[in-house]
Amino acid sequence: MTTHPEKLVCITGAGQSEVARPSNKSGLALTIDACLNAINSAGLTPADIDGLSTYPGPVANGDGFSPVSATETMLALGLTPTWIGASTDGHAHMSAIFNAITAIASGLCRHVLVFRTVTQASARAEVSHAGIIGGGRSIAQRSWGGQSWTLPYNALSAAVLYGLYGQSYFRKYGATSQQLGAIAVHSRKMAALNPNAIYRKPITIDDYMASRMISTPLRLYDCDTHIDGSTAILFSRADLAGDLASPPIHIEAMGMGLGGIGAGLHTGDFTSMPAKIAGDMLWSRTDLKPKNLDFAQIYDGFSILTLMWMEALSLCGEGEAAAFVEGGRRIALDGELPMNTSGGQLSAGRFHGYGHTYEACLQLWGRAGERQVRDAKLGVVSNGGFGYGALLLRR
Amino acid sequence: MSGASEPSRILPGLDRLNRDFWTGGADGRLLIARCDCGRYIHPPLPRCPACGGSTITPTPVSGRGRVAAYSVNHQAWLPGLKVPFVFAAVEIDEQSELYVFTNIVGCDPEQVAYRMPVKVAFEAHEDVYLPMFEPA
Repeated sequence: MTTHPEKLVCITGAGQSEVARPSNKSGLALTIDACLNAINSAGLTPADIDGLSTYPGPVANGDGFSPVSATETMLALGLTPTWIGASTDGHAHMSAIFNAITAIASGLCRHVLVFRTVTQASARAEVSHAGIIGGGRSIAQRSWGGQSWTLPYNALSAAVLYGLYGQSYFRKYGATSQQLGAIAVHSRKMAALNPNAIYRKPITIDDYMASRMISTPLRLYDCDTHIDGSTAILFSRADLAGDLASPPIHIEAMGMGLGGIGAGLHTGDFTSMPAKIAGDMLWSRTDLKPKNLDFAQIYDGFSILTLMWMEALSLCGEGEAAAFVEGGRRIALDGELPMNTSGGQLSAGRFHGYGHTYEACLQLWGRAGERQVRDAKLGVVSNGGFGYGALLLRR
Repeated sequence: MSGASEPSRILPGLDRLNRDFWTGGADGRLLIARCDCGRYIHPPLPRCPACGGSTITPTPVSGRGRVAAYSVNHQAWLPGLKVPFVFAAVEIDEQSELYVFTNIVGCDPEQVAYRMPVKVAFEAHEDVYLPMFEPA
């Protein structure tokens, strides 16, 4: 029995719907678009798909966070899968991908489609408070679980929670807004080259410094943007992946971590996340090293998470990420480590982790158009600020 | 939407595990779950992650601590929400890394600083006594 199930699995297809604020399409229609695009890119048909996995599964309160279930997607696509699953607990965004990998590696499925759909822009257009934590069609009367420790204190957005990380990181390492802002400026520059990004007009560091403060030290441009959109990634058994329409993308390694603010508990001094557990696990499962990377798609729900993820993945040393991104040269398309080449969530839109994996696939297939990293062979993807997941993907 | 009344806080739902923490303020006490082994556990759990013990008792603490991390929130997430306000993690004096999330009140938000000494001040809402913290 293998201890590295990811090495038995490849990515064979990837698709995305349109992105809009808001879309005229329903969440399910966007999901179908993304899923069919993914299936088509592999040269398969829906009849070939025998597994379906999503994060986090349906949330029916009207907040648009996850409006579509795996079951209704199964019905709409006419699938007869052996297994479907959704995961709300654990490693957040990437848990659905880890579940797909293990379903295939264990012999349960041959081709598992993983999707993530958001209609947060529609939800906010309909109800102004839909975007807050505890929002939706009506504001929650009471809070339960992990959120109940922070919501009563008006931490109504993750921006408030992650402000703690930002303030602590700035204090400990002497990081500056000019440095953090480089991530937002870089994201817009990349989004300008991505036809499916939501914000494509470049900004300068002066624009960033002039943008309004949300929760110190996080400004407007440090926060990702609500969209309507869906992404689907197709995972296949490695021995079935060679003859398909797109070259197989190998999963060289995966990493998972848990804990932190999302678990309701916190240890340490708020300058790092338990994402380090995921980063260390990832590099322990391969002989490749960070220096071998051709690009990195690093989670940027909030820019401070990007800095902490860079350190968690050993792309730089502890406390060094802010200097690494300053000025944007080292993370540019022609820099030493091209980063968030789609524009990330800050500028391409909050596909909620899945946009990062999708972009990694386009880069490894050489289909990233004007933003193509030359001869991209190896890339890392990271997801999450509450639970943590990472993939090392190889052409 | 200026002039909107301040939105109600989304209060915690009370259950067996958290009730003492959220209601101890009725008697002016900050009650933190504590294992027989001496370990404080917050948020409360029915089993001690340090020793495995299951005799966990809500225990009054000094209510004093220091600001371990904070953010000054400027965004009015709901109409009428008073800003700026300070969201913080306070490290309770009794144990290292015993963090309580809270708002820092009773001072200008700009005066809040790392390691600033604070003390609990309860704010009653319905059946809940929210532990807030103010400069000590």
